[in-house]
Amino acid sequence: MDASMMSDRPLVRVEHLRHLYHKGSVSDLLVLDDVNLCLKENEIVALLGRSGSGKSTLLRIISGLLPPSGGNVEIDGKPVSGPASEVAMVFQSFALFPWLSVLENVEIGLEAIGMASDERRARALAAIDLIGLDGFESAYPKELSGGMRQRVGLARALVVHPKVLLMDEPFSALDVLTAETLRTDLLDIWFEGRLPIQSILMVTHNIEEAVLMCDRILVFASNPGHIVAEIKVDLPQPRDRQDPAFRDIVEDIYARMTLKTPSLTREGAFPGVGINMILPAVSTNRLAGLVELVNGQPYDGKADMPELASELHLEIDDLFPIAETLQLLRFAEVEGGDVVLTPAGRQFATADIEERKRLFAQHLLGYVPLVAHIKRILDERATHRAPARRFLGELEDTMSEGYAEKTLRTVIAWARYAELLAYDEATGVFSLENPA
Amino acid sequence: MHTRPILDAAARKPLGIDTSNLRPNFYDLVAFAIIVGIGVAMVHGAREMRAPLTQLDISPVSLDPSLLPDYALRTTLRMFAAMGASLLFTFTVATLAAKSRKAELVIIPALDILQSVPVLGFLTFTVVFFLGLFPGSQLGAELAAIFAIFTAQAWNMAFSFYQSLRTVPRDLDEVARHFRLSPWLRFWRLEAPFAAPGLVWNAMMSMSGSWFFVVASEAISVGDTKILLPGIGAWLAVAIEHKDLRAIALAVVAIAIVILLYDQLVFRPIVAWADKFRSEQTAAQQRPRSWVYDLVRRTHLMRRLMLPISLLFASIGGLIGRIRLPDRPPVQLKPAPTVGRVIDVLWIVLIMSGTAYMLWLIADYVGATLSWDDLRQAVTLGALTLLRVAILIALASLIWVPIGVWIGLRPVVAERVQPVAQFLAAFPANVLFPFVVVTIVAFRLDPNIWLSPLMILGTQWYILFNVIAGASAFPTDLREVSTIFHLRRWHWWRRVMLPGIFPYFVTGALTASGGSWNASIVAEVASWGDVKLQAAGLGAYIAKATDAGDFPRVVLGVAVMSAFVVILNQVLWRPLYRFAERRLRLD
Repeated sequence: MDASMMSDRPLVRVEHLRHLYHKGSVSDLLVLDDVNLCLKENEIVALLGRSGSGKSTLLRIISGLLPPSGGNVEIDGKPVSGPASEVAMVFQSFALFPWLSVLENVEIGLEAIGMASDERRARALAAIDLIGLDGFESAYPKELSGGMRQRVGLARALVVHPKVLLMDEPFSALDVLTAETLRTDLLDIWFEGRLPIQSILMVTHNIEEAVLMCDRILVFASNPGHIVAEIKVDLPQPRDRQDPAFRDIVEDIYARMTLKTPSLTREGAFPGVGINMILPAVSTNRLAGLVELVNGQPYDGKADMPELASELHLEIDDLFPIAETLQLLRFAEVEGGDVVLTPAGRQFATADIEERKRLFAQHLLGYVPLVAHIKRILDERATHRAPARRFLGELEDTMSEGYAEKTLRTVIAWARYAELLAYDEATGVFSLENPA
Repeated sequence: MHTRPILDAAARKPLGIDTSNLRPNFYDLVAFAIIVGIGVAMVHGAREMRAPLTQLDISPVSLDPSLLPDYALRTTLRMFAAMGASLLFTFTVATLAAKSRKAELVIIPALDILQSVPVLGFLTFTVVFFLGLFPGSQLGAELAAIFAIFTAQAWNMAFSFYQSLRTVPRDLDEVARHFRLSPWLRFWRLEAPFAAPGLVWNAMMSMSGSWFFVVASEAISVGDTKILLPGIGAWLAVAIEHKDLRAIALAVVAIAIVILLYDQLVFRPIVAWADKFRSEQTAAQQRPRSWVYDLVRRTHLMRRLMLPISLLFASIGGLIGRIRLPDRPPVQLKPAPTVGRVIDVLWIVLIMSGTAYMLWLIADYVGATLSWDDLRQAVTLGALTLLRVAILIALASLIWVPIGVWIGLRPVVAERVQPVAQFLAAFPANVLFPFVVVTIVAFRLDPNIWLSPLMILGTQWYILFNVIAGASAFPTDLREVSTIFHLRRWHWWRRVMLPGIFPYFVTGALTASGGSWNASIVAEVASWGDVKLQAAGLGAYIAKATDAGDFPRVVLGVAVMSAFVVILNQVLWRPLYRFAERRLRLD
């Protein structure tokens, strides 16, 4: 689409949006804080961020599925208060009705507005045709591959002729090749001007996908979710992943997403402080794997994260937590889109199993306050035993139940590997002595 | 019910109807014969129901074999009428419970209790009510019987439907809200299809379970008036009175045929059809099959003839669906959280006081004639019945778990045995009671011991077929591991098989135990001609009180039994379930 055709009329306007997750207790969790964004006609905009940064919540608020705690959302100049007809959403999980055929799934939105069946059928067949689903009209979702299912999701959204297409990680449940085909097909019909929509707002955690598809990228940071950067992508379409200018933008985004803010400590990668830090579910195997990889050739202790991501076929949602956990444990530094091993990290990489466990235990006690806390309690008690419930309760003072549980699980896995603590799943009790 | 078939048919031929498909084929002929046959039978049966009550005196139930098909038909009609009522109840009450939190607070605990309560005890009350409603007509007695059957079917169906409505997948719920489906459309496109597989399964269970009540409800006695509604149940009652073993054998055959027929003609096709509503997105390896369903799908003319009918339903549905409330100003109609909480508390207080008042009424009613001694007696008898149930479940487990595992690990055998086990579970065991009673009478056995097995006669199959299912689903790799490491005998059972089938076993044992409590009412008392056998237990207590029209004792007995069942569920079955869910899941 020609740049001169772009108008500045905002289709979606979000102002000072905040959203609280009610825990039911005293402390509410702030999910979104002061989010402002504006979507104009004829543009594709990405909300890029890691899982849990609140970007999907934002999309649901814009679509009217979720009422915000505060702030304004306007679509086409009208305030949003409930599911609006100007937007249509594509879901990450496809969300197709398994008992309806492809045609019936596509028709559902038209049926809801009470359109006559002839017209409905004609419109649905046109959408199916457009999106490349010809011949699948009478198939059921379970007969289709993931890619075909998401095409149904797209057709279902397009058939109601929305002004704005909202896409919630539309390609993240697909394999690499299928996702690429779908992206290209969607971009093709978009640039041919055959989509009955005016703008696309998509949520993604895939940096390359955002650079490949979008005119603007809004980078999201978590805890609470807010927009930290806006990046304009002026590259001509179709874009080439190997183009140096493309790589530069990807590098830039990686750097921005791993930027050390001065106010934050190295633990700042994870929300919460001290024992109340929310820890990601990263297995010790993955930690060791990344350390070994970065220590080996050709990286020799320093690796570029975009390169790592493409070599390992990891999305940022997988790679970042591993790198940041290494940073927390002082096995690596993460800065400017690079992972740099510390001397301890390099020692870990070459050590044997026993040595690794000792080193890991030492760093756990030193740098993960929750592990040190549990260890101290167990040392103090005569029985050297303590129920997990006790620590969960402490964690739940500052985080949701889900996060508390996840954090404690992570600590249990790490501490078991380090042979620091024993945990009995059946009774839910921590102890010092190892029953094995 | 569901409007999708036409859309389906029309989807394949968007450009008008292909006339070559109007030519009937062989399958049309068979389908036509079945449909006309069912139609004639229904009209015939329904006409007889409206006959005046005196008709029963003119032509009382007799043991003439030529009348048996007619009796079987009428019994079946009663069951399906009750099934219709149960579906209606399910769609309305369960939906209400799922949509309104205030209704939920009342309905769900009530369903939970009604599910585990022996409603059989209340038969006498309802008969009086319905006879009063239609004085002089058989219809009153018919309705009383249908209501009794309904009480055996409705609760678990409603419960299953409610649970489905509450667990509609989040993303599908979002789609429905996002595309602004009207409540009507949402119900038929999302909620009903999602709940269909669970509802169909529960309807089949209900149908089997209600045979117990059919037999009891067709021979009704209120004080001095005794009504025998023509049907298999009445036939059995008469046969027992006349000590006619041949007639009982005939009834057994008739019931077997009826079960086989409705299983093949009604439930199999529905199960095969409902398979597409299962929400797993992967293609199932083993799809349920039904020759009737395949037959109907193969017909040409029949499908075309059905088209206008389904189109009619669809357009009615479409019209209702199109009725849209004017887009409401989407102001938050919900009151402020604090106000909402106050309303909630008020509502709960209201319900609690209502319940308390009811309890007081019952206590007052029962207390007027009964003393604490009666309560103590009922509880003691309850403990006796509990002992019986416990021993029987243990015995049945000892017998059926090894057999079930043996069968389940052999797919070829399992495929043959599984339908038989399900058929046995559907078969009303109380029909077989007379044979046992004859034996007890002949050998002068102690009824306290030998009547007990009757309680589990019909319910033990749940243990068997759940264990078969569990063993069949046991992962091959785990079996191979245990072979490689030479796990034998006791080790193999303790470390491999028992944990593997435990969740399935708990499900089966829970169902079997619940059924046994209910069965105790008819199993602890038995008669053969003039001989009356009786075991000491709560079931016998209730049965005796019902017979004598001693309402206070019926109420007391049923209340005590309910308490036993509810407490047992809370302290034994739920924890076992949770344990199985948490530790022994194999996925």
